[in-house]
Amino acid sequence: MSKPTSSPRRPSRVGLVLFAIVRKLLAAVVVLWGAATVAFFAQLALPGDRATVILNIRDGQAQLRTAAELAPIRAEYGLAHPVLQQYWDYLRGLLGGDFGNSYQQFRPVTEIIGEQLGATVVLSLTAILFAWILMIVWVTVTAGRGPRVRGIGALVDVVAAGLPAYWLGIILLLVFALGLRWFPVIGGTGVDGLILPALTLAIPLAGFMAQSTRAEFERALEQPFVLTARTRGMGDWEVRLRHVIRHATIPAVTLSGWALGATLSGAVVVESIFSRPGIGSVLIAAVNSQDLPVVSGIVTLVAVFYVTVNLLVDIAYTLIDPRLKAS
Amino acid sequence: MTTLQAPPIAAPRPRARPRPWGLYVAGLLALLLAIAAIVPQLLATHDPFALDYARALQGPSIRHWFGTDESGRDLYSRVIYGARESLLIGLGAAAVGILLALVLGSLAALAIRPAAVVVDRFVEVMFTFPALLLALLLIAIAGPSAVTEIFAVGLGTAPGYARMIRGQILAAKNSSYVEAATALGHSRTRIVFSHILPNALRPLIAVFALSVGQSIVWASSLSFLGLGVAPPSSEWGALLDAGRGYITQAGWLEVVPGLVIVAVALTATTIGRHLQSYLEKGEK
Amino acid sequence: MTISETTTDPVDLGLDWPATRLGVENLSVSFDVDGRQREVVTGVSFELTPGSCVAIVGESGSGKSVTARALVGLAGRNATVTADRLELHHEDALAFTSRQWRKVRGRDVGFILQDALVSLDPLRPVRAEIAEALRLHDWGNRRERAARVLDLLTRVGVPLARERARSRPDQLSGGLRQRALIASAIALDPDIVIADEPTTALDVTVQAQVLGELEKMKDRGASIILISHDLSVVAQLADHILVMRGGRVLEQGTAAEVLAAPRDDYTRALIAAVPSEHTRGRSLSSTAPAPDSIALGSVARTSGTVLEAHDLVKRFRAPDGSSTRAVDGVSFSLAAGETLGLVGESGSGKSTTARLALGLEKLDAGSVRLLGSAWSTLPEWRRRRLRPSISAVYQDPLSSFDPRWNVERILLDALRGQRLSPTARRSRVRELLELVGLTPEVLPRFPLKLSGGQRQRVAIARALAPRPSVLVLDEAVSALDVTIQAQILDLLVALQKASGVSYLFISHDLGVISHLSDRVLVMKDGRVVEEGAPDEIFRRPQHPYTRELIASIPVFDPGAFAA
Repeated sequence: MSKPTSSPRRPSRVGLVLFAIVRKLLAAVVVLWGAATVAFFAQLALPGDRATVILNIRDGQAQLRTAAELAPIRAEYGLAHPVLQQYWDYLRGLLGGDFGNSYQQFRPVTEIIGEQLGATVVLSLTAILFAWILMIVWVTVTAGRGPRVRGIGALVDVVAAGLPAYWLGIILLLVFALGLRWFPVIGGTGVDGLILPALTLAIPLAGFMAQSTRAEFERALEQPFVLTARTRGMGDWEVRLRHVIRHATIPAVTLSGWALGATLSGAVVVESIFSRPGIGSVLIAAVNSQDLPVVSGIVTLVAVFYVTVNLLVDIAYTLIDPRLKAS
Repeated sequence: MTTLQAPPIAAPRPRARPRPWGLYVAGLLALLLAIAAIVPQLLATHDPFALDYARALQGPSIRHWFGTDESGRDLYSRVIYGARESLLIGLGAAAVGILLALVLGSLAALAIRPAAVVVDRFVEVMFTFPALLLALLLIAIAGPSAVTEIFAVGLGTAPGYARMIRGQILAAKNSSYVEAATALGHSRTRIVFSHILPNALRPLIAVFALSVGQSIVWASSLSFLGLGVAPPSSEWGALLDAGRGYITQAGWLEVVPGLVIVAVALTATTIGRHLQSYLEKGEK
Repeated sequence: MTISETTTDPVDLGLDWPATRLGVENLSVSFDVDGRQREVVTGVSFELTPGSCVAIVGESGSGKSVTARALVGLAGRNATVTADRLELHHEDALAFTSRQWRKVRGRDVGFILQDALVSLDPLRPVRAEIAEALRLHDWGNRRERAARVLDLLTRVGVPLARERARSRPDQLSGGLRQRALIASAIALDPDIVIADEPTTALDVTVQAQVLGELEKMKDRGASIILISHDLSVVAQLADHILVMRGGRVLEQGTAAEVLAAPRDDYTRALIAAVPSEHTRGRSLSSTAPAPDSIALGSVARTSGTVLEAHDLVKRFRAPDGSSTRAVDGVSFSLAAGETLGLVGESGSGKSTTARLALGLEKLDAGSVRLLGSAWSTLPEWRRRRLRPSISAVYQDPLSSFDPRWNVERILLDALRGQRLSPTARRSRVRELLELVGLTPEVLPRFPLKLSGGQRQRVAIARALAPRPSVLVLDEAVSALDVTIQAQILDLLVALQKASGVSYLFISHDLGVISHLSDRVLVMKDGRVVEEGAPDEIFRRPQHPYTRELIASIPVFDPGAFAA
């Protein structure tokens, strides 16, 4: 009992696509607003009087403060206003690119993150690139073969996906930097120092993406259009590369936003292992000192990345493949 | 990243293999783990807290299977004694995560319309935060401790599971058998409890097993960063944190506890996968 | 033009039939399943000569598709193909390397699969698919190939080829994309074309177009191997027919021999099972059940009008907010003991009409009355009291059963509304099983382990459990093999005769509809375009669409071949 798939009077395609894009944009804005709200209320959640907490974080000691000490802090962070007013100011600030001020460093959060963000984004994108290369090669070679090869392929996916980044990083560091001395132990921002950290993030990501890609790859291999291609005289490798891969990577592409978020947050661990500069060290320091504006600033920023990439992927698909429009 | 926590896409279906050797190995490891957690004395070879500076930082040997740490403590025994806390944190975090996900996911799929939409949006918003960041946010607020770690990991993984549970319930809700039950004149409550929930929540045990493995890895990541259980403890993540300063001289302090965590995570994954395929086959 | 019988001396064959393009002798295919060899095709032999069509007919699991694939070396990775002789253009195909096979495929042998929606790459424009067939055999340069693609599309009857070539399969109508698929198969003018279920899942009007194209190819001298489950399709085109079942050829001969004077029981059953207006009131299967009339007496008997639909309208909202009318002003009434057939192609709104009648979809306008009382206007909780009077059987029974439940639990659950003691309920379950021709052995089994026919019988038993006055059957026999379909249709006729239940029978298949219905509604684009007795509609169709529909039905009259 299915609903009719095609309707007699179909509205224009351009109109449909535009409409779908506008809807997606609105949905993204709603999600971002929600993310900002969560980040704001997380800052309120610190137990105790906020001004006192801020001063204590700044001085690194816990003590009671006098009203005279607290007054400038209250003024700087707008704590005298009612919560709703603060919320409103916070949202307005975000729109203007203002993430508030650090409790500890007296500086705008944007400035602190901005100094470190570049290195982390480079690491993240390199890792995603590596992951795609590893994943495509591995799946294309092993998927849809005999039971033995397929079993090994799938097993490697699962194991790779389950490797903790800290452990993988240490192993790579021990083998390739300390043992073989192919790469520097303390990674700078150079290309040399980028490869091991990026691989550390890429291998589990590749394993994870490979699981869904492999399932889709093997499903696509069974599709009638693959048989049709073979009946035209196409060989196995060409079928895989020209037809199947495109279908198989769809789920992995739709994971792009998530992959970016995962690698950006995974960078926290990796940067710490390889002593790389980046938002990782900033974040760990901020968590340790309960510098919440910095923590929630980074969290919000990653959410923005996630939503933006998802939106772009979504829109790209709406333009490329009308079948995905409905979902 | 370690524990790339599953976003809600179709899980690859495990294919039936003639003999599940992986499951046998996983079963054996699970048994050893259980013994280590309940009666560590049976497996340990040394007192995990006995200091012996003369034997500090020795590599693995017959006497010290996993080597010794900077104070000469036997690493193998420390790993065995750390099993209880590590497992409890993993189980606790998985329970917190799945319970939270169950509430959110069911509400998003089954609550009456405006409430369902609000919960649904909330889940989407939480899902935009990577699990590790969500966990770090909670630790920043509550300060590092074992209990915080449990809740942080649970909170971090919950949005992904909530989305999965929501999807499962919606799939059952829109299935033909639910429509057939409606056509037979069954009431909505009856349909929810006799068709939708049993079918949608069927894979939950398997998901829980998978989640325990993931949670242990997440929790050890936090400890590794110095944001979870602190070093005097022999919780596995804390062991890693403690060994970080000696990477160049004593790599085994990092390699071995990490290997144990990987093995445990794979054990949980293997058992979870087999449960999953068993439950799926049960339907057929 | 005639084809040799395989019983003749094989040594002479090559000499007797110099024009043979494809010679197959004693072809067998087996699969390696968990280390064991399982033979799925055994001893298939035939000769294919220029301008002729060999058809392989069989139901699911007969091995017909595997045979077709083995002929182009694509039986599968774990398949073993053996034959006394497999000659393609007088070359020994059994000795072909995979490189040689690739040269042959597409150039010497074209292959057409079912529905182009899945048989063409859904992510690429059709011109890329057609050009690929040329490129793989190094035909011309890019520009020449582009020109040839347009030429081919025009040749298979695609109007405005230049624009259509840029479309993906899902952007084309069923007929156009199937033509595009044909264009890609004949891009290099292969003199052998294998068509594996080329019209399955297509609307009947599109099916007629596709068969027309195959006919034209044959007239131009191509040799065609047609694989189909549908005898009426085969009868249109075949010169020689092989009837397969369980991997074996039960019977083969010229089309006239096989269709008009079948020697094998199974062939006879297959022919008798095809429903049409001529088979009304006749049993389609030899195992026609005679339901126990005592058991059936318990199904509700009513008189007068049981279901009345007035001016039904259902709109579906498109993603951009505009709405389309899936059902647009449909009215009908169903009398007690009557069968009303609702026929239409995909997207005609017939299934939505069924859901509206069942009260599973909200109406936008109009009303449905059940047993003379309000139905569609009631809220669901008040409808529940009336639900036992109307039940449904779906196309895919498997998905309509809770996967955790066995047959017994399914049927017990359906009896829940009636206040019966546990023992009474159990005996009623057995009674229902008997009614639909099943034994109590199926009770502990899960639907997944049952055959398609058994599943549909369980679904009918479940539908009859509340003693309904109206049974809505939505494409209830469409997914079944023709002999199983015949049994279910016979069962439905017998059940109605004994109990007086009314059927709202929805199908895309005019043959089934005219076999079963007392009255027929023809739907198109959400509207009823014609209504009347099946005789009137078939003999004197008024609406142009009905005329087109009826002209498209392949005429299947085995008697005609005898003349």
